Amino acid sequence: MAQKPIILSAEETVSARRELFRRKFMAFAFVSPLLLFLLFAFVAPISTMLYRSFYNPTVAVLIPQTIAAMKTWEGKSVPGTDVTAVFAAELKQLAKKRLSGQLAEALNRVRPGLSSIVKSTARKMRRAEDADLKEKGTELLMEANGVWAEKSTWRAVARAGKVYTVDNFLTALDLETNESGSIQRREATQIYVALYTKTLRIALIITVLSLLLGYPLAYYLANAPSKLANALMLMVLLPFWTSLLVRTTSWIALLQTNGVVNSTLIWSGLIDTPLELLYTQFSTVIAMTHILLPFMILPLYSVMKGIDPSYMRAALSMGSKPVPAFIRIYLPMSLPGLSAGALLVFIISVGYYITPALVGGTDGQMISNIIAFHMQQSNNWELAAALGTLLLILIVALYWTYDRLVGAGNIKLG
Amino acid sequence: MSKFPHYFSIWDKASHYGLKWTAWAVLFFLMLPILVIIPLSFNVEPYFTFTDGMLRLDPDAYSLRWYKEIFSDDKWVLAIQNSFFIGIFAALLATVIGTVAAVGLSRPEMPFKRLITALLLSPMIVPLIIIAAGMFFFYTRFNLVGSYLGLIIAHATLGTPFVIITVTAALTGFDRSLYNAALSAGAAPLKAFWDIVVPLIRPGVISGGLFAFVTSFDEVVLVLFLAGPGQRTIPKQMFSGLREQINPTILAVATLLIVVSVAFLMTLEFLRRRAERIRSGQ
Repeated sequence: MAQKPIILSAEETVSARRELFRRKFMAFAFVSPLLLFLLFAFVAPISTMLYRSFYNPTVAVLIPQTIAAMKTWEGKSVPGTDVTAVFAAELKQLAKKRLSGQLAEALNRVRPGLSSIVKSTARKMRRAEDADLKEKGTELLMEANGVWAEKSTWRAVARAGKVYTVDNFLTALDLETNESGSIQRREATQIYVALYTKTLRIALIITVLSLLLGYPLAYYLANAPSKLANALMLMVLLPFWTSLLVRTTSWIALLQTNGVVNSTLIWSGLIDTPLELLYTQFSTVIAMTHILLPFMILPLYSVMKGIDPSYMRAALSMGSKPVPAFIRIYLPMSLPGLSAGALLVFIISVGYYITPALVGGTDGQMISNIIAFHMQQSNNWELAAALGTLLLILIVALYWTYDRLVGAGNIKLG
Repeated sequence: MSKFPHYFSIWDKASHYGLKWTAWAVLFFLMLPILVIIPLSFNVEPYFTFTDGMLRLDPDAYSLRWYKEIFSDDKWVLAIQNSFFIGIFAALLATVIGTVAAVGLSRPEMPFKRLITALLLSPMIVPLIIIAAGMFFFYTRFNLVGSYLGLIIAHATLGTPFVIITVTAALTGFDRSLYNAALSAGAAPLKAFWDIVVPLIRPGVISGGLFAFVTSFDEVVLVLFLAGPGQRTIPKQMFSGLREQINPTILAVATLLIVVSVAFLMTLEFLRRRAERIRSGQ
């Protein structure tokens, strides 16, 4: 029976719309506390990091007068004494406050090699009288070191003094600006592009390995009797919910020189001298595959559970051999689980930090480890922020793909 | 009679057994690290490896030495207290706002549902190092670095996606007409929610809270960036132990953590069965 069309009067339309709006508003009101919380606790911090990758106040704060005086300088020759003498005086002040090291570090990032020169010049300026610095600060500066008579040095100072800069991104992409201002490959060191490539390669290897290991297991579990499957599933979930550090610790115990794996291999006579397994790329890949494998198995298993076995039976009864039937019937039907698992494993492994830091040695370090290094050891927060921004762009692109293909709400927790 | 149909070739049979053995080998790979670490934690010697005595099952080769060490070391005791304190409060915070949000998110009228869901779940996906760096920059302004409050907020952020997922799952298949019936019978919306919706989603809420707790309990990257010396947690203590001097106390702690995971998993399984019972209306 066809339903009778409902015709609303104008008044009813208005009130229906109002009711719908009220309901939308109510639903949104429920979500808003969490949205506000995440805005403060999560979105604002990440935006701050993005901002820090452009924002570079160190030099401008340390030598404000010099930077202000350099505003009118065109960079064609060494700046006049209005700049150089002010710089000499500010250098003395910094040396007194023990801040010249910070300036040296910041300038060194723009022009490698300036660090020791700035420090030694600052020490010499500290010994000079204020009156002398005012009178002949320029001469004292040139005497202290010859580089202050080169216009390229001052270009570096001006560059470092820019409060907003894309320099950190150039560094993060192994690029630099040359004398004429155009962008070129950095001549000195090429680190970060290679590191990104290595990170992606390691993530890809881990994804392929978890697929190779996870697919057969998920298939076996999905087709096993449900009592057995439930029991075996616990063996997947227990490692999944065991602390990450516990699992990493176990891999250290297993892989170290006198560890369980080496002892077993020597005992069985396969090798004579222990293998170097720990603190290599190998140990990073093995430990991370172990840690991320459940992220592959869970979505695969849940998709495979829903595949009706009668399709395979139909193919077999019509004369197909099991292996071709599997490839042509089963595999395409399991693709949603496969793509969900593979993307999830890839996304998580690209940004991994803890396991490479503990078992990776120098060879197994990934991009996150370098970001942590610049945050904690070299204190180059701006570069860390730029590297992090690039990583974030990559992750957002992958997450967007995941959301299109799988839907973010379908992440499996067991 | 053969176990296989007559049309199976030798290759088909081989692939059947191949599959079975591969599956068991993968399960072995998954369980091996956990199985190895437990006996090693009872090693009387300060090594990470099995001694001859242990292999001979000599009782003198085993001891509780490293377990005693945990509880006599102030650093570990403080770390254990901190982990529970931060974990419980982070889980409570995440559970309360996460549950409320999940209720709104599962309403059919929710605007921008897909986008907002993706945003709310993104703390699971964004690399921890990026979150840590950003929080370090931002929380400094509010004096939250080196404070318990800062860590609780940070860990609650990581826990909310789990609450959203579990509570949304509990709400799918929820019959809205039950709630509407309560309303039309004269219940106030809040009372109807409390009496009708809450009992149905309770297992989902509890397991979301457990996930949030475990996430905080196991988290180390944010702790490395945001905690002061007073806020060291178990994972941080393990992390620095593994980096500096490797000491079997870590293996004993690891074994205790495995016991915690087993308890956690059993609770989840219990909740899952209960949720199924509620669903089927028993």
